[in-house]
Amino acid sequence: MDTIGADTLIQASYFVAAALFIFGLKRMSSPVTARSGIVWAGVGMVVATLITFLTPGMGNYLLMTVAIAVGGIVAWVTGRRVAMANMPQMIALYNGMGGGAAAAIAAVELFAGEVHGPTVLTLGVLGGIIGAVSFSGSLIAFGKLQGLIRRSFRFRGQNIVNLVILAVTTLAGAIIVVHGGAMPGHVTLLFVLALLLGVTMTLPIGGADMPVVISLYNALTGLAVAFEGFVLNNAAMIIAGTVVGSAGTLLTQLMAKAMNRSLANVLFSGFGESAAAGGTAGAAGTLKAIDTADVAVMLGFSEKVIVVPGYGMAVAQAQHKVWELCQALIARGVAVKFAIHPVAGRMPGHMNVLLAEAGVPYDLIYDESEINAEFETADVALVIGANDVVNPVARTDKSSPIYGMPILNADKAKNVIVIKRGQGAGFSGIENALFYLDHARMLYGDGQAKAGELVQAVKTL
Amino acid sequence: MIDGFIALYIFMLAAFTGYEVIARVPVILHTPLMSGSNFVHGIVLVGAMVAMGRADTTLEISIAFLGVVLAAGNAVGGYAVTERMLEMFKSSKGKGTGKGAH
Repeated sequence: MDTIGADTLIQASYFVAAALFIFGLKRMSSPVTARSGIVWAGVGMVVATLITFLTPGMGNYLLMTVAIAVGGIVAWVTGRRVAMANMPQMIALYNGMGGGAAAAIAAVELFAGEVHGPTVLTLGVLGGIIGAVSFSGSLIAFGKLQGLIRRSFRFRGQNIVNLVILAVTTLAGAIIVVHGGAMPGHVTLLFVLALLLGVTMTLPIGGADMPVVISLYNALTGLAVAFEGFVLNNAAMIIAGTVVGSAGTLLTQLMAKAMNRSLANVLFSGFGESAAAGGTAGAAGTLKAIDTADVAVMLGFSEKVIVVPGYGMAVAQAQHKVWELCQALIARGVAVKFAIHPVAGRMPGHMNVLLAEAGVPYDLIYDESEINAEFETADVALVIGANDVVNPVARTDKSSPIYGMPILNADKAKNVIVIKRGQGAGFSGIENALFYLDHARMLYGDGQAKAGELVQAVKTL
Repeated sequence: MIDGFIALYIFMLAAFTGYEVIARVPVILHTPLMSGSNFVHGIVLVGAMVAMGRADTTLEISIAFLGVVLAAGNAVGGYAVTERMLEMFKSSKGKGTGKGAH
């Protein structure tokens, strides 16, 4: 095939790929069409990748194929095996790899001195910095959520240190741009500093805030890819990268809002896991225990039960048993609904994934704004492994760290049953006033075991 | 072929497209959607391939090799987990599952 023909074919396939990505993302925004969305986007990716092999004037084909095989096979195997509960950190890992790839493109082009013109050079350097920050930052995020890094490293003036690193990185980048490229020493310094910045920026952030950070790095990787697309004159990279950059920014804002935090607050304050102080007010009264048989009777003779699952349910791997319990109730004519708080899992929407894995149909699952008015008509609110997201002090106690956070109104139900392992406070360390209410009862024990006992008890009613 | 203001126009339109496509997504899909958009920037793979195809020195080839490995991981891993998550979303009415939709 001649060069012009190959070029036209390549441009056409990139055009098709870009269109399929946007079409796929659009379909992914509704549960009915979502799975076909990812398949369409996947088709676009395969087409673009295969056609790229025809690019005129390329070499290193063997090594290239080996690299694709290595990266692809490792990622496929890990992606197929990872437990649904660990999904957030896997997304962080794959995202970091994309950022690292963008940084690698920038490094190759800058070392080779192939980037010409101040605008393209600036975009190349910026994409390199952003990609490298996203790479090392995402790896730290992965380490934290996976439990490999347990501490949050915080010290006085950490924001100033980060600012200084950012300033020096920018300066190195500016020198490269002014000199017109081909400065190996400066390029090396640029990437070392950018990688360091990703680490120092991410280490102080607490585990609870990590989803917002992962989403932010996802958007940043998109931007880095778009910038390197300008360097390589590649329209598919520009379009796909920019679409992800803006979509990711919006997702980050939505997530931060759902967690009642601002993005600046997440990045620069280091709350997330240290807000234990204060907020015990409103926890007056006693905790009233209840046994399995009484709960089974209560549930079995209800007209309407609303289940409020939290991350504790996923930790106990109780979602399958809980769904079994709900099926037993539905068989008795009880109306069952699930109420999901935006931050019920480890990132917004994560709990929906975990329930879907257990086989719960998505049309029984309601988010906070859809179901909050319904709690008043529910006979029982069954709270399993959720804590802060049902704590009424968020509505009433201005001194509480979670004040103002939208919560599920489980306290408005006629009866509240809480399945809980022990008497400890929630993720944020705040006492839960809900548990002390007159119409609340505590069923202590492992979520999975208790749900299993309840299934048997309900079936024998 | 893409230069100056044309590039800027592409950038602007793509940015609005990304925003509009995501704007009305229910919270239940936030995690899969983040994963899905994570997959889409796996297109960096084609850039890494081109950079590797043009690389000459050992240093350039080594960095580019790493870039292609990482990019392939991004694309393939992003697809694997997104597809797994979305496959599980089912309706109680027995229709409108991911597989049945066209």
